[in-house]
Amino acid sequence: MAHSETVTTTQSDILALARTQVLDEGVGLSESQVLDVLRLPDSELDALLELAHEVRMRWCGPEVEVEGIISLKTGGCPEDCHFCSQSGLFESPVRSAWLDVPSLVEAAKQTAKTGATEFCIVAAVRGPDARLLAQVAAGIAAIKDEVDINIACSLGMLTQEQVDQLAAMGVHRYNHNLETAKSHFTNVVTTHTWEERWETLRLVREAGMEVCCGGIVGMGESLEQRAEFAAQLASLTPDEVPLNFLNPRPGTPFGDLEPMAGPDALRTVAAFRLAMPRTVLRFAGGREITLGDLGARRGMLGGINAVIVGNYLTTLGRPAESDIDLLGELQMPIKALNDTL
Amino acid sequence: MAYCEQCGKEAGDHPRCAARRELEPPRYCADCARRMVVQVTPTGWTAKCSRHGERTSA
Ligand code: SF4
Ligand SMILES: [Zn+2]
Ligand SMILES: [Zn+2]
Repeated sequence: MAHSETVTTTQSDILALARTQVLDEGVGLSESQVLDVLRLPDSELDALLELAHEVRMRWCGPEVEVEGIISLKTGGCPEDCHFCSQSGLFESPVRSAWLDVPSLVEAAKQTAKTGATEFCIVAAVRGPDARLLAQVAAGIAAIKDEVDINIACSLGMLTQEQVDQLAAMGVHRYNHNLETAKSHFTNVVTTHTWEERWETLRLVREAGMEVCCGGIVGMGESLEQRAEFAAQLASLTPDEVPLNFLNPRPGTPFGDLEPMAGPDALRTVAAFRLAMPRTVLRFAGGREITLGDLGARRGMLGGINAVIVGNYLTTLGRPAESDIDLLGELQMPIKALNDTL
Repeated sequence: MAYCEQCGKEAGDHPRCAARRELEPPRYCADCARRMVVQVTPTGWTAKCSRHGERTSA
């Protein structure tokens, strides 16, 4: 009894502390503080989400950044990220495919129509080769001709030369996820290192592109490692953090893991917001299966301030309209393009 | 439909595939069970069987 009282005191302590440190002063939670948040019981979840929402409103404002994503080159990747249906090393049903430039432009148009300001072009590769970069360059030029939208890319690990090329094409943000805590990375990927990923992020930042870096939770990491990951992301100070929840893909090494429980997913959302009060925190893949329809609303009121609308790279999402309608209902304006230029 | 477009096995009662169907494009041709080349876009998908042609979400 005495023991559980002590626990309760500590738990309300972390919320009180976060209120002063994060909400009032704008200083993100440390790794051990994030861990305290991740250990909060379900009975404290509503209070936690409310605080994370206040932090987001105070330090980011009510606007929501809307993004669409497209797979330019699907499948056949030589890497072995254990969550990924696009690795060529697993028995996944996903076959290789290339998108042509007219279809890419069409996808950008469809995305812009939803009110989105970001369009992210993604390729399943270790890093881009000359052929892929040429396709990206042609695609970006064609999109810029016809569609008013910011273009982001996610093309794997980059050399200095490739970073410079992408910056010259007008890529405004580059996505490269650290995916998980450094201490868990070798359980998730063996064909490249966490440090190699970090190096690409460093080059991207130096070249003046915005840094988008997040990952996937629910890949067998401990709560300690989830807190470690939040702290490592925070130390990178990314402009955007996409937060994915593992959607176990048939045929991959993580295909039989259970999807994360809804309350755990929501606690993670709030904890990441409290670790990074100013970042664009985006709801990315897997939210439909972990959180269902209610999840979108609770996340948007629990620290999230950006969404991917429509479908993902190889799986389908909620129809864009249901997310846009939800934002209207919550009276959260969609971030306009001129804000980000 | 002779084959399940989610798992490629003979069509029948596949609870996991049924659950998946809402958030997954088809992966196997329902006529011949070949793996299809599938492209997902923000608002739809197309799936091509080398023998039976293209299907789309529209
Ligand atoms: S590098 Fe990207 S596409 Fe390739 S296996 Fe890893 S996550 Fe999948
Ligand atoms: Zn099936
Ligand atoms: Zn066929």
